[in-house]
Amino acid sequence: MTIATTASPELEPAARSRNYLNQTRGLRSWLITLDHKRIGILYMVAILGAFFLGGVFAVLLRTELISPGPTLIKDPVRAWDFYNHMFTLHGAVMTFMFIIPAIPAILGNFVLPIMLGAKDVAFPRLNLLSFYLYAFGGVFFVWVLLSGVIESAFGIKLYGGGGLDTGWTFYTPYSTSTSSAVVPAVLGAFILGFSSILTGLNFIASMHMLRPKGMTWFRMPLFLWALYGTSAIQILATPVLAITLLLLVAERTLGVGIFDPALGGDPVLFQHFFWFYSHPAVYIMILPAMGIISEVVSVFSRKHIFGYSFIAMSSIAIALLGFLVWGHHMFTSGQSPVANAIFSLLTFTVSIPSAIKVFNWLATMHGGSIQLKTPMLYAIGFIMLFSIGGLTGLFLGSLATDIHVHDTYFVVAHFHYVMMGSTLFAFLAGMHYWWPKIFGKMYNEYLGRLAALVVFVGFNLTFMVQFIAGAHGMPRRYANYLDEFTIYHQISTIGSYVMAAGLVMVAINWLDSLVRGRPAPENPWGGNTLEWQTTSPPPTENFARTPTADDPYALHKWRYDASIEGYVKVAE
Amino acid sequence: MLGQSSESSFWLPVNASSYGGEVDWVFYFIYGVCVVMMVLIVVLAVLFIWRYRHRPGVEPSRLSHNTPLELTWTIIPTIVVGFIFYFGFVGFLNMNTPPRNLYEINVTAFKWGWAFQYPNGHVDQNLHIPRDRPVRLILSSQDVIHSLYIPAFRIKKDAVPGRYNKMWFKATKEGEYHLFCAEYCGTKHSEMYAKVIVHDPTQFAAWLEEAANWAAKLPPAEAGQKLYSVRGCAQCHTVDGSGGIGPSFKNIFGESQKLRDGSSVLVDEDYIRNSLMNPGSQIVAGFENVMPTYKGRLKDVEITALIEYIKSLSEHYEAPPAAVEESAPEENATQPAAQHSTGGENTKP
Ligand code: HEM
Ligand SMILES: [Cu+2]
Repeated sequence: MTIATTASPELEPAARSRNYLNQTRGLRSWLITLDHKRIGILYMVAILGAFFLGGVFAVLLRTELISPGPTLIKDPVRAWDFYNHMFTLHGAVMTFMFIIPAIPAILGNFVLPIMLGAKDVAFPRLNLLSFYLYAFGGVFFVWVLLSGVIESAFGIKLYGGGGLDTGWTFYTPYSTSTSSAVVPAVLGAFILGFSSILTGLNFIASMHMLRPKGMTWFRMPLFLWALYGTSAIQILATPVLAITLLLLVAERTLGVGIFDPALGGDPVLFQHFFWFYSHPAVYIMILPAMGIISEVVSVFSRKHIFGYSFIAMSSIAIALLGFLVWGHHMFTSGQSPVANAIFSLLTFTVSIPSAIKVFNWLATMHGGSIQLKTPMLYAIGFIMLFSIGGLTGLFLGSLATDIHVHDTYFVVAHFHYVMMGSTLFAFLAGMHYWWPKIFGKMYNEYLGRLAALVVFVGFNLTFMVQFIAGAHGMPRRYANYLDEFTIYHQISTIGSYVMAAGLVMVAINWLDSLVRGRPAPENPWGGNTLEWQTTSPPPTENFARTPTADDPYALHKWRYDASIEGYVKVAE
Repeated sequence: MLGQSSESSFWLPVNASSYGGEVDWVFYFIYGVCVVMMVLIVVLAVLFIWRYRHRPGVEPSRLSHNTPLELTWTIIPTIVVGFIFYFGFVGFLNMNTPPRNLYEINVTAFKWGWAFQYPNGHVDQNLHIPRDRPVRLILSSQDVIHSLYIPAFRIKKDAVPGRYNKMWFKATKEGEYHLFCAEYCGTKHSEMYAKVIVHDPTQFAAWLEEAANWAAKLPPAEAGQKLYSVRGCAQCHTVDGSGGIGPSFKNIFGESQKLRDGSSVLVDEDYIRNSLMNPGSQIVAGFENVMPTYKGRLKDVEITALIEYIKSLSEHYEAPPAAVEESAPEENATQPAAQHSTGGENTKP
């Protein structure tokens, strides 16, 4: 059997050492770059910064709740205000600045064009613009939110506004009557939304225009299918959010009376508008995650993905059905029982394509040759957390039980399992999976696995007990609680410390790998998607010669070669 | 003793309403489905990870689909969720089909408290109901959206400004239960707590009669003191001079207050009455216009009582001998929220 290194044999050694990271130097070359890979890295820095901020506040929130009564600040009224500003900041930053953009903007940006064998996305300038929208919108948003926290904690006014204390959902009429700075905050979210729309447009155009020879729609890697579904939702749903937020601003500044009952408006209308975006947005968060898991599970089982077309189609089904279920957030609002019943029924239909995916991933593992490397550990963690999150969703879709657990910690636990457990775990799986490609360095495998374990244990410790607290009637968004809930909150808080420790280990591992990591081979894991067929890190143009795509899961075409600690293609 | 403490299970608090049992049944049905599915997923995952762990020389299978299998795992979950939908729907229908002859109580939610108004006009900050009698609550809100939640009854409904939402239930067990606000409503959302007290049906009428007249039967300053906590003043105004959402009542009577518009006003009977009826008209400097109006919600005798109470908090005013804290009747009809165990400034002993 003859073995040849395939990827870019025609590159000279000198050309090989030149890559997108060192092609040009200096801060300026980064800030005006049109290279999708560099833009991906810019996003990485910004989004990880937002995640850090949201994470610090998560730990602060949990610390405030470690005992009943005011904890961090002694004066009760100020302590409650402080908590309300903090949970708004945490929820809003995590949602709008971390989970929605993390996978598409960082990993999607980096990987999508390479998977397509293309030089770049379809509209590189638009891509840079969308990064700057994210950056400016984000800085503005964080500034408003942070200054509110500081003001309520220390009484120091940073500017005239007063932060945001509405929660990330901005429900009227609270948001139209609170004295906090709703208008500037909404403006920040609005700009962030535009960034999201532009990225979606760019991805869809890229997938339509840039697919290489040999890549039919049904030979597209599943990560790309997932990004396709995501982008479609981003384009269709985000404008609804933008309009809703503008209406909110109009209501607040001009008192137009869309939501204000005193002027003939309807406060629940806002909830309809809001969830018409935000429910599909949940799938913006989860679909790309599922895409990553499909890649990782297949590659680390060394086996063709099971039920490719079922998975691809279920992504599209989820994207479509996701638009029809927004009303399940309003079962207790007093909307008509008929509407409740219809929304409940539709909600259950979305659970089916999700279940299909879980079975497909398990079936992919069946008969495989499973390697429990770091990305695979996160992927298995994902399957567990997503299953728990999805199954507990059944309690929320079912009318009788939702009435009881709605707006309690049961919901907090549920959405952390689906949104955070799944998105964060898939994000970490993807980051570890593509890290060698992105930076050309290997991280410490041992530390990577240990961290994955600690994060998993910490996560379950934090959120599992919240199901029990919620079922017992602990409402959410509470700065204070009855003594009988103390035990749940304490366990949860300790869990959050464990998880935070795990995430610090992840960060240390990454930073360490940049400094001391051994150089990565072209294809450390043996994937057959195109990004593994160029150098690590790739050159600025991605490929020396436009590659040809075949079945992205034909993993048997790659053999492990111990001398380069990576995989090489088996010549046919 | 709180009802919850005795018979709650690991997952759910004690059930004290007629349809709670049905909700619990659906809950445990779904729970069963979840456990079965989760065990299946975990067992398969662990089994595969072990059985198909990477071993040099062992070739992975190239199987990539199996349509009958995939159809099976699409159809079975569809049937299972169909059942879950159906059971949840039936349980919900019962919550929406009240029997006749309901006992109606009007509920007003406000930042941050509840006013339960009985057919005879009595307003209470806790919800008192007779056992075994279907009760309907008619919910409205004075400011933002709140949500009335009684875990022991498995029931929750939003109080939306500008509309009347209705909910009904039948309590089946005497005792005291929690009542929370479940929709985020600002600063003291987590303090918006009340109790549900389920009375023996024969004693309920007697309680109501007694409760309705309590203010008239007490010396005014003492009645005022209770009204201060019962009607939600305590949520925002302290009586010891410390800070709050509104001005403290300590030593204000007979003094002049600086208003937001720069003018001043003497705190006398007229001023206090006006502050209750038109709270927005004379706002003390340094405070927001957040107080709800009490127009139509307080009887004259109650307003007088409140004025007497505020007078009694002023050093210049000589309290009549009856205004002693301990003399309140022990019947907890109008027990202030201040006594729940949440902590916070309301809980000062
Ligand atoms: C250490 C990790 C985390 C901890 C301990 C944590 C804890 C919390 C807590 C205590 C709340 C407030 C719950 C309430 O009062 O209703 C909350 C809300 C929330 N969290 Fe997290 N969280 C963590 C990570 C995340 C992440 C990574 C995300 C996003 C991916 C996230 C998204 C949210 C959202 C959307 C809310 C809702 C805010 C709202 O109620 O409007 N959290 N979290
Ligand atoms: Cu409330």
